[in-house]
Amino acid sequence: MPLTAEEVRHIAHLARLWLTEEEVALYQEQLSQILDYVRMLQQLPTEDIPPTAQVVAQEPLLAEDVPSPSLPLEQVLANAPEREGDYFVVQAILEEG
Amino acid sequence: MKLTSLSLNELAQGIRAGKHSSEEVCRAFLERIERVEPLLHAFLALDPDYVLEQARAADERVRRGEEAPLLGVPIAIKDVICTERLPTTCGSRMLASYRSPFEATAVRKLREAGAVILGKTNTDEFAMGSSTENSAFGPTRNPWDLSRVPGGSSGGSAAAVAARLAPAALGSDTGGSVRQPAAFCGIPGLKPTYGRISRYGLVAFASSLDQIGVFGRTVADCALLLEVISGHDPMDSTSSKRPVPRFAAAMEPQLQGVRIGVPREYFVPGMQREVEELVRQAIAQLEALGARADEVSLPHTPYALPAYYIIADAEASANLARYDGIRYGYREEAASMWETYCRSRGNGFGAEVKRRIMLGTYALSAGYYEAYYLKAQKVRTLIRADFDAALAKCDVLVAPVTPTVAFGIGEKVGDPLQMYLQDIFTLALSLAGLPGISVPCGFASGLPVGLQIMGREFDESTVLRTAYAYEQATRWHEQEPPL
Repeated sequence: MPLTAEEVRHIAHLARLWLTEEEVALYQEQLSQILDYVRMLQQLPTEDIPPTAQVVAQEPLLAEDVPSPSLPLEQVLANAPEREGDYFVVQAILEEG
Repeated sequence: MKLTSLSLNELAQGIRAGKHSSEEVCRAFLERIERVEPLLHAFLALDPDYVLEQARAADERVRRGEEAPLLGVPIAIKDVICTERLPTTCGSRMLASYRSPFEATAVRKLREAGAVILGKTNTDEFAMGSSTENSAFGPTRNPWDLSRVPGGSSGGSAAAVAARLAPAALGSDTGGSVRQPAAFCGIPGLKPTYGRISRYGLVAFASSLDQIGVFGRTVADCALLLEVISGHDPMDSTSSKRPVPRFAAAMEPQLQGVRIGVPREYFVPGMQREVEELVRQAIAQLEALGARADEVSLPHTPYALPAYYIIADAEASANLARYDGIRYGYREEAASMWETYCRSRGNGFGAEVKRRIMLGTYALSAGYYEAYYLKAQKVRTLIRADFDAALAKCDVLVAPVTPTVAFGIGEKVGDPLQMYLQDIFTLALSLAGLPGISVPCGFASGLPVGLQIMGREFDESTVLRTAYAYEQATRWHEQEPPL
């Protein structure tokens, strides 16, 4: 069952991706094709099979809670698209009033 | 012999013995890069002054009598691995101007072992791809035929080592991104067991699959590099505390007593006839070296591709949520914060990355999680069980790495599913978390073919030993691309 353009727009919204109408049409076709292919997994009975949580068993890992230096502030902030002093500048998320 | 034709082991021994300095070695590679790199586009960042500065520091350490396994040798780093002093772009417009404030543990270990960081190599954007054509900065070309892809996603590293622009390189392998370009470029490339090497500073794509891997000109070079960068790291809780064996010491020219399994599902209709023939000849060669080969079955192999693309893309959609244009990376300011997110991500990511984020988001979304993600993780359990059963009877499994030799640039970019099918022989091992190497096993119409040797959990030693004996008996690795 192919995806609708509306479904593609909904997924793009969930993923916070701005798409052009051409991209919506292209992904509608390509994602439908890929989903058709991956649906072959449904042929395989897996009722009693546990899902893989860790592919290589990991030793329990408990670390002492020891403070250590953080990343250098200046180098971290140097990557910011916009900063003010030691702060990242973000847009307002709440409207006034 | 030219310095650029020597192996990593030979270069390191030569520097230690005073036969050549690190500066001489690095200048030789820089000169070759100047001539050959314009044909290949293997590098995204390279600063000759910085290379020579490190080389002179290494020569000073040699003069002081310091001993370190990689003292003075240059090594290239795939651009999804964070480095100080050099950009880390992940082949993406999103990180075009990003400078990592920290360095990957694997790179720090290389530096401690004395290595010179040569430069950053081209990659499919965020390591998503099988051809290096998804790089936002243009494709890399195959040194054996400039009209063809080098494979991917670590295509820059593989092409650089094959073309003698670097004696060795780091890559990363999520579904075959070290083994496949190694096969296409005719050099050894090893993906170790999940957990063998710290992933701290490896930019996350699919966290349950990602693993740093190594490229060398010889199997012994891969063993040397692996030994240096392996081991537990408190910064990566998935890195194993198991002791790191002396991989280099496992090398033997004979394979007496080694039991080899040949999985029948890895010889499929539609694969290139010459590839199958060369792999069958390689298996006969392994038997001539003393190994015993038997056919085995990995019955769930056909399900590896769909399971992989669901799991990898689901994890990618979560991992890449961090690129929001606020703290670092590409930002396109719009009327509201939500719109800024969408514009920055929509225009900062390339087509393949967006396709995978979309597929992963779909697979994790309400109503689809059980049918896709959970189902794929159950199938993953079956795939791992296949390997455990086969490797209970055999020490290693051998198979082709790819169904064909390197394909043409532009040939598959319009058809994502055809591109994904390139990886059918490498994905299952990644899902199982097990180690594997691609080692050159001949040429089909002048293009390299790789033999895949897959092993048990944390048994890279037997994988390397098998590859080494084969390499020494056949010496395909001595062929140089005609550049």
